[in-house]
Amino acid sequence: MYRYDEFDLGFVRERVAEFRDQVARRLSGEMTEDQFKPLRLMNGVYLQLHAYMLRVAIPYGVLSGRQMRKLAHIARKYDRDYGHFTTRQNLQFNWIKLADMPAILEELAEVEMHAIQTSGNCIRNVTADHFAGAAADETVDPRPYAEILRQWSSLHPEFSFLPRKFKLAVTGAAADRAAIQVHDIGLEAKRDAKGDIGFAVWVGGGQGRTPMIARKLRDFLPEADLLAYCEAILRVYNLEGRRDNKYKARIKILVHEKGTDEIADAIENEFASLKGKALDLPAAEIARIAAYFAPPALADLPARSAKLEAAKAADVALARFVDRNVSAHKRPGYGIVTVSLKPVGLPPGDATSAQMDAVAALAERFSADEIRVSHEQNLVLPHVRLDDLPELFAGLAAAGLATPNAGLVTDIIACPGLDYCSLANARSIPVAQRISERFADLGRQHDIGDLKIKISGCINACGHHHVGHIGILGVDRKGEEFYQITLGGSGDETCSIGEIVGPGFPADRIVDAVEQVVDAYLGLRRDPGETFLAAYRRVGLKPFQEALYADA
Amino acid sequence: MAKAQATGALAVTANDLRSGTVVFRRPDGRWSEEVLEAEIALTAEAAQALLAGARADHDACIVVEPALVEITMTGNRPAPRHLRERIRAQGPTVAYGAAAAN
Repeated sequence: MYRYDEFDLGFVRERVAEFRDQVARRLSGEMTEDQFKPLRLMNGVYLQLHAYMLRVAIPYGVLSGRQMRKLAHIARKYDRDYGHFTTRQNLQFNWIKLADMPAILEELAEVEMHAIQTSGNCIRNVTADHFAGAAADETVDPRPYAEILRQWSSLHPEFSFLPRKFKLAVTGAAADRAAIQVHDIGLEAKRDAKGDIGFAVWVGGGQGRTPMIARKLRDFLPEADLLAYCEAILRVYNLEGRRDNKYKARIKILVHEKGTDEIADAIENEFASLKGKALDLPAAEIARIAAYFAPPALADLPARSAKLEAAKAADVALARFVDRNVSAHKRPGYGIVTVSLKPVGLPPGDATSAQMDAVAALAERFSADEIRVSHEQNLVLPHVRLDDLPELFAGLAAAGLATPNAGLVTDIIACPGLDYCSLANARSIPVAQRISERFADLGRQHDIGDLKIKISGCINACGHHHVGHIGILGVDRKGEEFYQITLGGSGDETCSIGEIVGPGFPADRIVDAVEQVVDAYLGLRRDPGETFLAAYRRVGLKPFQEALYADA
Repeated sequence: MAKAQATGALAVTANDLRSGTVVFRRPDGRWSEEVLEAEIALTAEAAQALLAGARADHDACIVVEPALVEITMTGNRPAPRHLRERIRAQGPTVAYGAAAAN
């Protein structure tokens, strides 16, 4: 893992001291709310429906056991004993007192964490493939580049007041688990025929009220040019992005309004003036950062674990867990374990302090002290010996964390919605809970197979509904919660934006409607191997409209 | 910030500056976490007076984001009319933390 150097440590400590002083001046009345609000937002402090909310950055979703224990401690000491993992690999505390914020940021700094740039019109936390450094299909580990981008973008003076927020995602595998095509900049690290590293660069993707798929501006940007090219993109956006209308201020609108060719030309011109200068990435510096992400000491093991196979044969629950929640590792004899934060009937993405401590202990024991947070609101233990899976499974089960539903219909992404969020128009969590209860039967879930349901409580789309195979958007219709269904969205390398199926459904009909969509799929799929998304792409909206609105 | 309505019952809500807790303004000018204790204004003039007091407390760094909310009365029991404000007054509609996990 990356460890702070004296520069990182210095600026985080300075920021904590600065914010401590700002909070004191606010509480004493020396500073007005109008003066204070932008300052608290720069430190990740929002005022939500019920209380202040603190959003903690988890750079590219990577945590150690020690850091997870600190999050558990903060939840226990300063909050209501739980935290919420978000769709941007961050953690949110929902019930924090303003007066406690400086002490919390001080505690975070002790474990090399902070909340800087988790809000505001700046470059936000850089996200990455949650299987980075472990996945069998990975070409290049994206984490060193995500870390380089983190360092470049942290307190970047030119990009602290952008027209709007700006999000980067990085992957290093052809199978896109980081949803790079719906980010302001999406990067796919890859190798050319000579083995050199470069990046496919996607620009102008995003969700929100105007969902757009990013345009690929470069197929293979040389590794050394990464920062100069990103700086060129940001500079063009900063100068030309709209500031007259916040709903049209993201780079996706600029790309859409100016056209891809014009924007690409502007970026290339800017890049030409930056290339070969201070922002060139020296190979030695890349190697220095990459060394922090060297693989842990893993043993030479046979690909098949006789111990695991015997345990699976004796325990159907373990077999189901391995089937869904263990992914292929690049090293034989190891697996990547998804720890589902989607138990049936519970809020997606929430973990209690006790669960965070349990995951920390299990990571230290079984996963080289590494934990990942996925944008799908789950946790990941990236380096687990197959031999250890039975014991790990038992440990997860004891903590209520062994739900074997990764990628299934109950592994639902949901934003906090109207239960917590001051922007929301409708509740998300209760809908997710009721859907997961409706589909609780594991045999049925496995029969349905891969199916991503994503729920947002407003058009800002934090629940990623636009890229849900089944997307659900909550709206307020004359004071009543209504839910609009979209179908066929996908955030992977085959990225697509879901299409609205028809009129929305009231809260008491939405779960039935989702079930009708799923039943329609089961009725029309060619065979159990044809996933929901594949079937949808074959048949389109019509059969689902007929199933949903037959009586209309 | 909501404007005073000409008709209907209104209360003033805000968040406590220090804790962020949702609070309602009481008839004695203090703030309570209980909407049941809120002062209810039945005229536009009363609502404006209520809001003016709340703004003074905002300026005095006691509360933030003061706003009028519409109230419905069931007998003598006031409750916010809209779902968003009911959730603010009563907390999330879903169990959370250890209470949810157990």
